[in-house]
Amino acid sequence: MDQFDEATKKELATFVDHEQAQARVNASIHKFTDMCWDKCITGVPGNSFSRSESSCLANCVDRFLDTSLFMVKQIENRRQSQ
Amino acid sequence: MSFFGGSTSTLPMAGQPDMQARKEAVKASIREELAMQNAQELMNKSNEKCFLKCVTKPGSSLSSSEETCLSRCLTRYLEAFDIVSKTYVARLSRERSERVAQAPSS
Repeated sequence: MDQFDEATKKELATFVDHEQAQARVNASIHKFTDMCWDKCITGVPGNSFSRSESSCLANCVDRFLDTSLFMVKQIENRRQSQ
Repeated sequence: MSFFGGSTSTLPMAGQPDMQARKEAVKASIREELAMQNAQELMNKSNEKCFLKCVTKPGSSLSSSEETCLSRCLTRYLEAFDIVSKTYVARLSRERSERVAQAPSS
């Protein structure tokens, strides 16, 4: 890394941060696809998704994230009422 | 990379274009590494999911109906990944803009 000047080092650090954030988003997408595939695609895969399968996949992602927000609030409430 | 005119800002310092090239090489190798990881993860996941769905009773070889199923399943898995990705990215940008609206100072 000492082959680079300060400005370049800074630029590369920003680049790495950005790529790492992107990689975290990608890892979540893999996790959600795995989870939602199991929930939504119950039969043998056909030539295309049915309308209900594709809307299930989209809803699955949004409801999972809603669930995670809800759970955080629940835990927060319990902690406060103790 | 033009030596005659053009981007004069890179010319004055000796070795500068070289550093520029090395910087881009570092970026490219990081991008490639992550793209590789992503492709590998997709391969592993679709392999696992489609094996579960399509090869229910493993025989002495893959039957042609199993192969048809695997091929469809792979296409569907990639499509599912795409739907999930679009939904998640839309949600992230929605939440980000809500956060910006709540705190206009930042």
